[in-house]
Amino acid sequence: MQKSLHLDPAKCTGCLQCEMACSYEKLGEFNPSRSVIKVFTFHEEGRFAPYTCTQCDEAWCLRACPVDAITMDMSTGAKIVIDDKCVGCKVCTISCPFGTINYVQETGKVAKCDLCGGDPECAKACPTEAITYIDANATGYDRMKAFAEKSLPSANTSA
Amino acid sequence: MRHVIIGAGPCGVVAAETLRKQDPDSTIILIGNEPIPPYSRMAIPYFLMKDIDEAGTHLRSDDFYDTHNIQYLGHAVENVDTDLKVLTTDDGTEIPYDKLLIAAGSKPLLPPIEGADLPNVHNCWTIEDARQIAERSHSCLEVVLMGAGFIGCIILESLAKMGVNLTVIEMGDRMVPRMLDDKAGGLLEKWCIEKGVNIRTSTRVNSIKEEDDVMIVELDNGETIQACTVISATGVKPNTEFLKGSGIEVDHGIVVNTNMQTNVANVYAAGDVAQGKDFSTGNYEVQAIQPTATDHGRIAALNMAGHLVEHNGSVNMNVLDTLGLISHSFGLWMGVEGGDSVDIYNEEAYKYINLRFGADKEEDVLVGASTLGMTQHIGVIRGLIEGKTHLGVWKSRLMKDPTRLMEAYLSCTQELDNVV
Ligand SMILES: Cc1cc2nc3c(=O)[nH]c(=O)nc-3n(C[C@H](O)[C@H](O)[C@H](O)COP(=O)(O)OP(=O)(O)OC[C@H]3O[C@@H](n4cnc5c(N)ncnc54)[C@H](O)[C@@H]3O)c2cc1C
Repeated sequence: MQKSLHLDPAKCTGCLQCEMACSYEKLGEFNPSRSVIKVFTFHEEGRFAPYTCTQCDEAWCLRACPVDAITMDMSTGAKIVIDDKCVGCKVCTISCPFGTINYVQETGKVAKCDLCGGDPECAKACPTEAITYIDANATGYDRMKAFAEKSLPSANTSA
Repeated sequence: MRHVIIGAGPCGVVAAETLRKQDPDSTIILIGNEPIPPYSRMAIPYFLMKDIDEAGTHLRSDDFYDTHNIQYLGHAVENVDTDLKVLTTDDGTEIPYDKLLIAAGSKPLLPPIEGADLPNVHNCWTIEDARQIAERSHSCLEVVLMGAGFIGCIILESLAKMGVNLTVIEMGDRMVPRMLDDKAGGLLEKWCIEKGVNIRTSTRVNSIKEEDDVMIVELDNGETIQACTVISATGVKPNTEFLKGSGIEVDHGIVVNTNMQTNVANVYAAGDVAQGKDFSTGNYEVQAIQPTATDHGRIAALNMAGHLVEHNGSVNMNVLDTLGLISHSFGLWMGVEGGDSVDIYNEEAYKYINLRFGADKEEDVLVGASTLGMTQHIGVIRGLIEGKTHLGVWKSRLMKDPTRLMEAYLSCTQELDNVV
C-alpha cells in the first residue's frame, strides 16, 4: 500500500516544526525559508495551512523537464529532483499548477518534496498530527488532492 | 500498430514515451534530423555557459530508446505521402506508418537585412550552433545580439555570463515585448544595463558587413558597432516545407483539432510545429514553448493509441532568468477588455506583480499575470488560470494586495474548513 502525506489544516497550530525538520533533513541546518513544506498563515482568521507537493499522478513538473532531471521514486511514488541533472531552467515551476516546485536562487536549482525516501521528517516533527504519513486510500488528503486536481481541466486526461 | 514520429525534440520524445506506455506491443519509430541523440534546445544556454556538457542536454539517457523498444533514426524526412501512408528520408529510405505524428519543431528566421547570411552571423538554435558560438566567443570580446525576445533574452544571459561585452539590439520599444508590459520590460532593461549589458531598444540593424574578420553592425540610429560575432534571435517559423504536396493543412503552423489530429486521417501534429488551441483565447496559435510541446506530445500520443482525449488548450506561459532577475508571464498578461487589473511596482527592489482578471461572469477569475523578482509558488498562477477558479472574496483582497496570491489559492482550492 502506497502511503501519502495527509495534511489537516484544522489541526495546524503554526508552530513551524515541520519547516524546521524539513530544512534540517535536507540542508543539515534549521532554515525554514528553504523548507519544501510551507505553513501559510491566514491572519484574518488566525488559521494555518501546511502545504506541499501532493505527488500528483499528472506529474506536470516531470513531463515539462527538458533534461530528465525529475524522476519517480517507484517505492514511494514521489517525484524527485536529481540535482546533478537540473540546469535550473525553471520550466517545471511554471508547469506545476500547485506551485509546489520552487526555484532556489542559492543553489541555482529547483527543490520539491521527495517524501524523505518514505519517512517524512515533517510528519514525525508535527506535534498535533496536522501532518501524518498514512495509507493513501485512508487519507482525506486524497480528497484534497482530488479537489485541487478537479479544478484543472487537463487533469481529466490521466489515461 | 506502427507509430512513426517525425522530430525528436521534447514533443516527439514525450509522445514516444507515452505511446510505449499505452501500447506495449506497437512499433515506434522516432526520426530526428540531427546526428546526435535527442536533446533539448532549452538546455543549450547551460551548455554554452559550460554548466553542463553535451550529454547534459540529452532528453533521456542514451539507453532509454533501446530499453523502451523505440527505434531512433537520424535522418531528415523529405516527403510524406499520406495516400500510401509512407515517408521518404534523405537517404531514400521509405518508412510506412499506420499513425504519424509530426513534431518537427520550428526553425529560426534570419532578418531580411544585408549581411544576415554571413558565416559569422549565428543562430542559437541547435547544438551545432552552440558549438560554433562557444568556439568563436571564447576568443572574442565584442558580441552583438539581434533580438531581445524570449529566446534572445535567454541567450543574453549565457553570453553575458561567458564574459563578452554584449550589445543587444531590439526593434520593439522594450525588452521581451511579447511577454512583458512596458513597466516590467523597462525594469528588466534597467537591470541589464546595471549589469553591464548594452541595450538598444526601438533600434534596428540596417546591415552587417565583415572586414578583416571584424563584423561591422550598422544601426538605424546611425551608430556602428564592431563585433567578432553577431547572434540572431529574431523569431522562428514552423518546419513545414517537407509537407508540400502531402495535403496536410498548414496555416502559421500545422492546423490541428483538439485531438491534435490534422485534416488528414491518421496524421497528428504537436509541439512547436502545430497550431494548437490556446487555453485563454480559444484560438489556434503556434505557442512555441516547452511546456506546450510536452503537453501536446502526450495528448497526441494518447489519441494515436486510441484514447479519445481532448486538449483543452495550453496556457501560454514563460519564465526568464536574466542575470538573476526572474520574470514570468501567464495567459492574458496584457488583460482583457472590461476586466480589472492590479499591480505593484517597486523600481528600487526590482519587483513587480500584475494580476489580470476576467470580465463579466469571470470578473473574479484570474486570466493572466506577469511578475518580476518572484520565485515562490509561482505555478499556482497557472493553476488558478487553468482551473478558472472563482476567487470570490479573495478578488477584492487581491485587488488591495496582489502578493497574497498563495493565500487566495489555498483558500479557493483546498479544503481548509471554511477559511474564507
Ligand atoms: C536557446 C533556446 C532556449 C529556449 N528556452 C526555452 C525556455 O526557457 N522555455 C520554453 O518554454 N521554451 C524554450 N525554448 C523553446 C523550446 O526549446 C521549444 O519550444 C521546444 O524545443 C519545442 O519542442 P518540439 O519538440 O516541438 O520541437 P524541437 O525541439 O524543435 O524538435 C523538433 C525536432 O524535429 C527535427 N526535425 C525537423 N524537421 C525534420 C525533418 N524533416 N525530418 C526529421 N526531423 C526533423 C528537428 O531536428 C528537431 O530535432 C528555447 C529554445 C532555444 C533554441
